[in-house]
Amino acid sequence: MNSSIALSIEDLSFSYGGKKALDQVNFKIQPGECTILLGPNGAGKSTLFSLITRLYDTREGRIELCGFDVKQQTRKALEKLGVVFQQTTLDMDLTVMQNLRYHTALHGMGSKLATQRIQQELERLNMYERRFEKVRQLNGGHRRRVEIARALLHKPSLLLLDEPTVGLDVPSRQSIVEYVHQLAVGEKLAVLWASHLIDEIYPGDHLIVLHKGQVKANGTVDEVLKMANAPTIKDAFNTLTQGEQA
Amino acid sequence: MNLLHYWRAMWGIIWRELWRFVTQRERFISALVRPLVWLFVFAAGFRAALGLAITPPYETYILYEVYITPGLIGMIQLFNGMQSSLSMVYDREMGSMRILMVCPLPRWFLLLSKLLAGTGVSILQAYAFLTIAWFYDIQAPWQGYLWVAPALMLVGLMLGALGLLLSSFIKQLENFAGVMNFVIFPMFFMSTALYPLWKIKESSALLHNLAQYNPFSQAVELIRFALYGQFNQAAFIYTFVAFIVFMAAAIIGYNPSKGMMMKKGGA
Repeated sequence: MNSSIALSIEDLSFSYGGKKALDQVNFKIQPGECTILLGPNGAGKSTLFSLITRLYDTREGRIELCGFDVKQQTRKALEKLGVVFQQTTLDMDLTVMQNLRYHTALHGMGSKLATQRIQQELERLNMYERRFEKVRQLNGGHRRRVEIARALLHKPSLLLLDEPTVGLDVPSRQSIVEYVHQLAVGEKLAVLWASHLIDEIYPGDHLIVLHKGQVKANGTVDEVLKMANAPTIKDAFNTLTQGEQA
Repeated sequence: MNLLHYWRAMWGIIWRELWRFVTQRERFISALVRPLVWLFVFAAGFRAALGLAITPPYETYILYEVYITPGLIGMIQLFNGMQSSLSMVYDREMGSMRILMVCPLPRWFLLLSKLLAGTGVSILQAYAFLTIAWFYDIQAPWQGYLWVAPALMLVGLMLGALGLLLSSFIKQLENFAGVMNFVIFPMFFMSTALYPLWKIKESSALLHNLAQYNPFSQAVELIRFALYGQFNQAAFIYTFVAFIVFMAAAIIGYNPSKGMMMKKGGA
């Protein structure tokens, strides 16, 4: 890794026309840290993700991924990044294996290494037996697992997850939340998880509350509770966002 | 720059497109049915109505079916280019385009790879059409079937680049109908695909000018001459320049700093 900081956001602002979507956003994420980006709809979470992944251009402020400037050193920065988007991005007509092979090809991995990495990641998620099934045949939870496996194939340093549990049943949600938290600790992986579901937050997580494009709180769960002077995360969230629905 | 990475990524993109094409039989059949209907029905009906003078590359009087064949190959590639464009808009709406756009390679390279993949598919379709036409007694000299391959490659790239460019402007899948009405049909009908330029001039000078400068006309002429083992330099230059212009504009369209992505709100 080029830097001890996995993700650094400095003075980031972004507008759609005249409407400000992000306003002077600042935060850092360390390796091994699971950071939950909590905010109501329209808070600016998806805009922030589009800027980190360089789908949008950074015009004001700076984003660094493992020390690489996303705007200036885009390819080096993107090599360090694994992403799970909110919408499914798998090809439904291809098998699990074919989808993952496509990803390894895009990342320039050779056949032998690709086979090995695919097996490792699918086995960890109990999906290896289903590798020859078409994605269309999988349920929502299993598709999400495949997407997480895909995001990890090239061993990124930062994993971005944009509301990955939306629309999943409770057991599928719980298993994904638990798996990602284990990954952060076990693999020293930095995780940025955008969510509006409070029960996905673990006590040891780093919490960022985003509201109307501004960071309202940034710290450990305890620090955020103290800052908002609230007994629970839900109360703290309500206080910080003036009662808007998460 | 890791060349192996570029090669693997390009092959991955091409393989995915070819695989989808092979497994979607209805797409293959519908791509062939359209030009075959034109050949068997439309051309047969017009055979008696249209008299064609001897013009290069033909050295003798030809049947209308023979004249129209290069235009129909162009039609296959035109529709294929637009189909690729449609699939780009679909991928963007469905989100799978994002996976391509966040991979650590330059965007121009990723778009070029997509373009090559689509062109490869259109060449397969064109040869399948030529094979059926051969059994229908529309037979070019054997070397023409070799010479036409590079022409098909360039034409496929040019029309695919136009499709890419259009896809960078199209906000939603529903807007694609407009492409049919405002791009595909005018390009095809205002070209030398169905009638030679001199014939168009007889009816309208304006139409003649539009057809002459239509890149699709030049593409059809490139295919027509190549199919008879001849090189049409003017058509080659025109098609090549059109490809460069369309491709450059498409790359700008997909550039997050300069293009339409910002206005549309995502890849």
